Amino acid sequence: MAYGKNIKGIKLFKKGEKGDKPKRLNRSASGDFGINFILGIFGIVMVLPLVYAISSSFKPLDELWMYPPKFFVQNPTWDNYKDLFRLMGTSWVPFSRYIFNTVFISLVGTAGNVLCSAYAAYALAKIKFPGRKWMFQLIVYSLMFNSTVTGITNFIIMNWLGWVDTYFAVIVPAFCTTYGLYLMKQFMETSVTDAVLESARLEGASENLIFWKIAMPMVKPAWITLIIFCFKDLWNSGASVYIQSEQLKTFNYAIGQVISAGISRAGAGSASAVVMMAVPIIVFVVSQSNVIETMSTSGMKD
Amino acid sequence: MSNDKKTTVENEIETTVENKETFENGTPAATTKVVVRKDISKFAWTLSEIKNNWVAYVMIAPFFFLFFLFTVIPVVFSFVLSFTTFNLLEWPEIVYAQNYIRLFLEDDIFLIAIKNTFVFAGVTGPASYLLSLFFAWFINELRPKIRAVVTLLFYAPSISGNAFLIWTYFFASDEYGLVNSWLMRLNLITSPILWFQDEEYIFPLIIAIALWTSLGTSFLTFIAGFQVVDKSLYEAGAVDGIKNRWQELWYITLPTMRPQLMLGAILSITGAFGFGGIITALVGFPSPNYCAHTITHHLDDYGGQRFEIGYASAIATLLFLLMFGANILVNKLLRKVGE
Repeated sequence: MAYGKNIKGIKLFKKGEKGDKPKRLNRSASGDFGINFILGIFGIVMVLPLVYAISSSFKPLDELWMYPPKFFVQNPTWDNYKDLFRLMGTSWVPFSRYIFNTVFISLVGTAGNVLCSAYAAYALAKIKFPGRKWMFQLIVYSLMFNSTVTGITNFIIMNWLGWVDTYFAVIVPAFCTTYGLYLMKQFMETSVTDAVLESARLEGASENLIFWKIAMPMVKPAWITLIIFCFKDLWNSGASVYIQSEQLKTFNYAIGQVISAGISRAGAGSASAVVMMAVPIIVFVVSQSNVIETMSTSGMKD
Repeated sequence: MSNDKKTTVENEIETTVENKETFENGTPAATTKVVVRKDISKFAWTLSEIKNNWVAYVMIAPFFFLFFLFTVIPVVFSFVLSFTTFNLLEWPEIVYAQNYIRLFLEDDIFLIAIKNTFVFAGVTGPASYLLSLFFAWFINELRPKIRAVVTLLFYAPSISGNAFLIWTYFFASDEYGLVNSWLMRLNLITSPILWFQDEEYIFPLIIAIALWTSLGTSFLTFIAGFQVVDKSLYEAGAVDGIKNRWQELWYITLPTMRPQLMLGAILSITGAFGFGGIITALVGFPSPNYCAHTITHHLDDYGGQRFEIGYASAIATLLFLLMFGANILVNKLLRKVGE
């Protein structure tokens, strides 16, 4: 934003030969080239399997079993997708039920997660109450191990609650993902200014009102980030150990069944991978632009 | 709460003290006014503060109730169970450290699992951390529009569910596999390599694939971290004689984004211990000759299949201590960044 201003008499940019592109500080052309080169190489490695999945999902049967194998599809066809959905039509439960389960779990879980985390984060970051230090320390400690440690005892607890084989077993634990709370609290601490909160409190606004009217709009990037994380976790959740009945299982699980049941279907397998990855990627594309936009405009501190 | 304070203001002596406490990012908290009450004891003061801030407890209640139920209690519970013979069927007997002794002295496969876990986490943890950091930095150097696209390219594998299984088509064990067919046409090999059955290749392959999926949360955290660094710091740095982007990174950017660096480290370490599912999906369970058997697999074996819950709890407790210890250690080291 301050490019183009003179600070202490030092010119921060020269006018480039082509157009008016500002020259950035401390950047050498060779360094730029190196960075672009490395990013290019690794970018290809990162994206190659995904491109291959898309390409394979459009391959007709004879191309899937062609020797030597080709990376790119020659005569694209929708057969694999038709195959995938035909195979799903033969499943026990109507296929729409799997989709409903995944969408339902993702939406309710994400909403609960953002709400619980944001409330807790606001209190931890902006209200000085006794006990907040060790509570937050506990959250930080909980980031230091993953759910494999608690898997067995969690099952016993779920059993005791009577939640095994219900939506609750999948949705409710998703409400309290500690990295979400951590991120939210960090954002609140830096981007919600105490001065604004104090003046609102002096006006007599309740903490709940302050939370909704002042804090939440100020941390839009944070809750959008939380939505991405939580949604993609829930969307990708496959066979849960807590769910046994077929009508509660997810889309991801159903797709996995189709693949493992069929006779090594590289085509339908690729098609299913494409379907599964499309949704989180689209969600990310939509919300990433939002995150970047809000971050660049909400940059001003105090 | 402010009304209450106003009425008792004559009993308060306000003093400004240098607040010694630091945030978890290591920067000292701003100098704050601390109210020292001379008229009441510390306990009574705490009680009145709890009363004044009851809203805060209501706000954290939903989260912390669930957090205790699904995280804190299970860890403690599993620690307690690890000293028993609990198996879901019989009334548990207390056997003290017997489960742990059995793990280290009688269970050869557990020793393999420990070794594999150390190697696997020791490689993927730091590698994924550094890759995330450097790619995020490089991406931050791009122009905003390109930046968004490249961020997506690098982040996509980690959110694509089980798309990592595509690698099994690349490394399929017959001549229809892409890699085998390329190598054969280049005459480097004469017969196809059984990539996911050969002990020699399994480990490097799963590490590479795990890294491919690992540019996830910590990567995004770094991307965000680079973007929120105050741009005027760079200008001030240029005035102060910072000459190139490496100096800028080391002296300005990294110290400024230490909160993100800390979180990224924690996520990378925890993630490095959590690739059990990917390994099982790629090489099956048990892996050939237990060559990719990790503590997670061992835990799953005894807890989820043999129902020796007491023994499995001992494994879980050890895994917990391992992750926790690694995190505490790295955290201590990271506090030194930029100091």
